[in-house]
Amino acid sequence: MWKWLHPYAKAERSYQLASTLQPWFAISSIVLLVVGAVWGLAFAPAELYQKEYYRIIYIHVPAATLSMSVYMAMATAVLISMVWQLKLADAAAAAMAPIGATLTAIALITGAIWGAPSWGTSWVWDARLTSYLILVFLYLGVIALHNAFEDKALASRAAGILTLVGVVNIPIIKYSVEWWNTLHQTATISKLSAPSMSSEMLWPLLTNILAFALMIGALTLVRFKNEVLARNAMRPWVRELAAKVGDK
Amino acid sequence: MSTPQPLSYRQLFWQVMHRDLKVAVHNKGDILNPLIFLVIVITLFPLGIGPETNLLTRIAPGIIWVAALLSALLSLERLFKNDHSDGSLEQMLLSPQPLFIMVLAKISAHWLLTGLPIILIAPLLALMLHMEPLAYPALMITLALGTPVLSLIGAIGVALTVGLKKGGVLLSLLILPLYIPILIFATAAIEAAALNMPYSGHIAIISALLVLALTLSPFAVSAALRVSTN
Repeated sequence: MWKWLHPYAKAERSYQLASTLQPWFAISSIVLLVVGAVWGLAFAPAELYQKEYYRIIYIHVPAATLSMSVYMAMATAVLISMVWQLKLADAAAAAMAPIGATLTAIALITGAIWGAPSWGTSWVWDARLTSYLILVFLYLGVIALHNAFEDKALASRAAGILTLVGVVNIPIIKYSVEWWNTLHQTATISKLSAPSMSSEMLWPLLTNILAFALMIGALTLVRFKNEVLARNAMRPWVRELAAKVGDK
Repeated sequence: MSTPQPLSYRQLFWQVMHRDLKVAVHNKGDILNPLIFLVIVITLFPLGIGPETNLLTRIAPGIIWVAALLSALLSLERLFKNDHSDGSLEQMLLSPQPLFIMVLAKISAHWLLTGLPIILIAPLLALMLHMEPLAYPALMITLALGTPVLSLIGAIGVALTVGLKKGGVLLSLLILPLYIPILIFATAAIEAAALNMPYSGHIAIISALLVLALTLSPFAVSAALRVSTN
């Protein structure tokens, strides 16, 4: 059943596949990003209470939703690499870490920008904000461990262990922070608009989420290709590739 | 020549722990310095925020626990460092004995040397910070259940960074985020106790975290040690 997948365990085949997929991801994400941004920023109706500035939702929510997913994708890649000893999954995990960290940072920064006018403060020790802050720390730990080792394969194994430890801890941290927050009920936070959105606002948001997902895919492919090249720098096919590019 | 009798798990555990304790007794500074650090950090807080009794009473649980986290972090490095540099760690990995037991023994020894002194000195620190007398039992229970978790989780970070030259700063980045749940539940338990409210629920969760760490972390540590000694 999984026979068709086997050839892609070879770095060269995976590199080629990534190269074929990359333009599709890139083009579709750019198109959807433009559509989603123009739709959300210019055509979606203004919100009743927050007027125009709620429109940062079209950046904030996609980044926030997907930052956690990227961590899960990274952990899945690590698990695959550990269970089936696929070295390429390590490259994928290494490729995803900085992307996830950046997304989480974007979610926090846009959240602060949004919070300033709507909550009257840029930062509150709210459960969700705090757990995203901790998620950034987890990402930074994984990235730091990736960079700490000279040998990339070794770095990936070490960072992989940390990623999996993080996965066990993410729900614990999330619930403890939520619980901590309800206990220390100091800042009262108004809910982000109404729980149900009008479809005129929802569709551009969903478009943007899909666009962000595709963009993450495209960026991951680029970084994955780089990682594969770096890890196989001594292989003949990489040298041939480098020679070919050099000739141009 | 008779073949040596294989060690039972219990013998193995005691032997590794005994060895670690013996080594530590020869380097007393390793035990004392984190403790002195703890006391100094506690001293800094009243100096930084003022000696007002009410304020100190309110923040005492948090201060003691944060200081305990930092001092645990400081002492963690010696868990595997010397064994790694003199090669005995590799011998342990090569030996036919289960690594899980040896790692658990080393962590237990580490806790006896660093966690236990924190628990013993905690009432004194609580007194200095004017902690609510009702909260003392909660402080002791949370420290007794929580400091082993600090050693267990910290050991993962140390095992990952032991082969690196500059592992110290990295270590704090790796494990401090993982310490957050224990900090939250421990301080919440102490605060609840200070208000004379039930805190058995918090204790139950800390115990659950301890069991989880006790069963899972030696596996992670073993895997990490194999990476580090590659």
